[in-house]
Amino acid sequence: MNPLTKTLAAVAAWTVLAIAALVFGLCTLSAPAFANPVEDRSIRPFKVQVPQVALDDLRRRIAETRWPDRETVGDQSQGIQLAKIRPLVEYWGTAYDWRRAEAKLNSLPQFMTTIDGVDIYFIHVRSKHSHALPLIMTHGWPGSVLELLKTVGPLTDPTAHGGSPEDAFDLVLPSLPGFGFSGKPTETGWGTDRIARAWAELMKRLGYTEYVAQGGDWGSPVSNAMGRLAPAGLLGIHVNLPAVVPPEIAAVLATGGPVPAGLTGKERTAFDALSMAAKMGNRSYATMMGTRPQTIGYAINNSPAGLAAWMLGHPGFSGWTYDDSDPEKSPDEVLDDITLYWLTNTATSSGRIYWEYGGGRSPVFADPEKTNEVSLPVAITVFPGEGYQAPETWARRAYPNLIYFHEVDKGGHFAAWEQPELFSAELRAAFRSLRQRN
Amino acid sequence: MDTTRTSETIDQDRRRLLGTAAVGIAAAGAASLLPSQKAAASTSDGIRPFTVSFPQEELTELRRRIVATRWPERELVSDEASRRIWSTPATVGPTQGVQLATMQKLMKYWGTEYDWSKCEARLKALPNFVTEIDGLDIHFIHVKSKHQGALPVIITHGWPGSVIELLKIIDPLTNPTAHGGAEADAFDVVIPSMPGYGFSGKPTETGWDPARIARAWIVLMKRLGYDRYVAQGGDWGALITEQMALIAPPELAAIHTNMPGTIPPEIVKALASGGPPPADLGPDEKRAYEQVAFFYKNGLGYANEMALRPQTLYGIVDSPAGLAAWILDHDADSCALIARSFDGEPEGLTRDDILDNITFYWLTNTAISSARLYWEHSQTAKAGFFDAKGITIPVGATANPSEIYTAPKSWTERAFPKLLHYGRTDKGCHFAAWEQPKIFTDEVRATFKTLQT
Repeated sequence: MNPLTKTLAAVAAWTVLAIAALVFGLCTLSAPAFANPVEDRSIRPFKVQVPQVALDDLRRRIAETRWPDRETVGDQSQGIQLAKIRPLVEYWGTAYDWRRAEAKLNSLPQFMTTIDGVDIYFIHVRSKHSHALPLIMTHGWPGSVLELLKTVGPLTDPTAHGGSPEDAFDLVLPSLPGFGFSGKPTETGWGTDRIARAWAELMKRLGYTEYVAQGGDWGSPVSNAMGRLAPAGLLGIHVNLPAVVPPEIAAVLATGGPVPAGLTGKERTAFDALSMAAKMGNRSYATMMGTRPQTIGYAINNSPAGLAAWMLGHPGFSGWTYDDSDPEKSPDEVLDDITLYWLTNTATSSGRIYWEYGGGRSPVFADPEKTNEVSLPVAITVFPGEGYQAPETWARRAYPNLIYFHEVDKGGHFAAWEQPELFSAELRAAFRSLRQRN
Repeated sequence: MDTTRTSETIDQDRRRLLGTAAVGIAAAGAASLLPSQKAAASTSDGIRPFTVSFPQEELTELRRRIVATRWPERELVSDEASRRIWSTPATVGPTQGVQLATMQKLMKYWGTEYDWSKCEARLKALPNFVTEIDGLDIHFIHVKSKHQGALPVIITHGWPGSVIELLKIIDPLTNPTAHGGAEADAFDVVIPSMPGYGFSGKPTETGWDPARIARAWIVLMKRLGYDRYVAQGGDWGALITEQMALIAPPELAAIHTNMPGTIPPEIVKALASGGPPPADLGPDEKRAYEQVAFFYKNGLGYANEMALRPQTLYGIVDSPAGLAAWILDHDADSCALIARSFDGEPEGLTRDDILDNITFYWLTNTAISSARLYWEHSQTAKAGFFDAKGITIPVGATANPSEIYTAPKSWTERAFPKLLHYGRTDKGCHFAAWEQPKIFTDEVRATFKTLQT
């Protein structure tokens, strides 16, 4: 399907209108312009064209930032340090150029389609290789499709990235409801199950009869939910934030009890990491959004510095420097992502996924994630910089049909963003056996 | 840090911002602000008069920011029901936080009709002082009664309160004969701003936990020459007052708290397990258990964030709407009370009351410095907010029906072996002195009656 030229003008016009509307304080980005009594199942091309006035407004707000005094400690224990955030925000308001991110997005085929009443934005890149395996990959919070872009080349064009034609994927990268250019739900109920159903519909709408799913962060519980749902055509899932923590460990972590007896070395390491994260309060942001997304929303929707700090408060960013010493973690990398949240005015709507999940719970626990109901093949890659390293023993207990488990030596919470080549190699290996079945 | 140095620091900061940002008046708003402190020459005991004054351009800048608010879309739930009634855990429906409709009414009023100068005039009319204690400037209001033998009381505010939540009770306590009391009900009132709050200095080092603040208050009362006094507090003020009682300096005769820590150890344990209330609880105990369990499960997000990552809340320093919402969402009942006030049904708190306090936080740029008290507490706390702490000096306790939890008499008697008074009021939420000043005054008088000479 390639209806790209047909509706381009109309879509571009909508984009401009929607973004202009939010700049002027209206709050309807859910694009009701296309809402019909009967759901429009069409797939409409989409281009990002942020009006200059929105970028000027952002710069003006950044220049006017009112800062607090510095933290009273010499480390990150009170949150994002003033000396770390302030230069980043000042760069954001001066030399940073959103248009580069926009060009990056617009170099890829982007689409919009309405599913279950909400406009779903997605990037869709088909491989030139025949028999490419369709893959739907889901981002998390505070991520976006931007965190996945560096894998597009390796996954869809493997021969240019050290792979063979048999490694090729057709790639579908949707924005979660309430995130990026997707619409914002106007009713409750858009939890991971409903998102999973929407993704299954999306893949069906794209004509895919066999495909796989992948996710990290929120993409993991969404992929787990797809695994439980087992829609026709879904062959298996790969997750890099697996839900393997057993119930008896979860119970100890909940009450801050002593280390359970009989843990293997790796189980003990995982327990210690989870226990330390709980003690350090690494999930306070999740508790806030899980209980009062609207309340924090007013501040981070209205203050660029507030939004940047809130997003960078995610522990996945704690090791990032935002300087140019590591191009994978440059200021532009994170600012593209933060700017996307700002321009789409999705600070509040994206936080609601935590509320839907309930109270800021972590999605790493096997029981609430009902991993025992995932009968489809499951593949897991453990990245060393993730919040915890899932032990294989727990993974085998949690997922009854674990077909692949691999620990790699590089990469963190944002694995696809930080280590795109390695991440892509993992997906090739993880899904190889499912292709061979065909 | 003395006043002069503070002013110099601020000026440098402001000059630097003006130099780099080049956005004129907006940059002035970007600077961290302390009011101009026209401190007189220090007296020998280090207590300096303090004049309240805010530059007009800060208020102009605040209005500009209010008008420029960029809003999120509305919440996805309808928690209308919770604002109509005095809520209990059973009646609170799902909430996603402060409703957009409430926030838009608040911001509209704040940006147009609201007049800060009235509040500023009230503050100015009071005797304000600053004194340096333990390396930090402490601001306090000090009103002496005209009556001989008035009992000195130090009253401590909380978060998201300030000295503003205590202004309504100054006259009833210091001038009882004009407020239905007798001369014997008179108090000399000392109302300090906690470190990092209002006009007090902002600590630049860690360690200002409730116990250290309690020690500073003891120094303050000594410096004021009081050799026999009482202490009172709600919210953080309750914790600090309890800390003073635990230190128990000989001059502290008794305390009164309107957020008493009474939860017995076995109940603390049961709450931590997340289970249902133990079977042997009486009706008041069961309700208290459910209130606390509900708060711990659903209502602690803001406290958790401030205890763990106060500095990450840059948005509440930079955004008036963000600050207002953050302050409103303290506890379900007070938030509902405030929402009703903006719906045109004010009960104990008027729109001006609420905005006086929020504006005070804004103008003093204390959103994050105040939040650090949660962080400090989390570093050293040995017990939860509402837990019994082993106080042995005389205590009066007031249990308000719409407090985060209504302390049952049984637990209160157990927590405070020398209980002077237990008052179960029929009205009042978390901000007792602010919302129900008459009931509050009666409770304070009833508690300390036997101590007054």
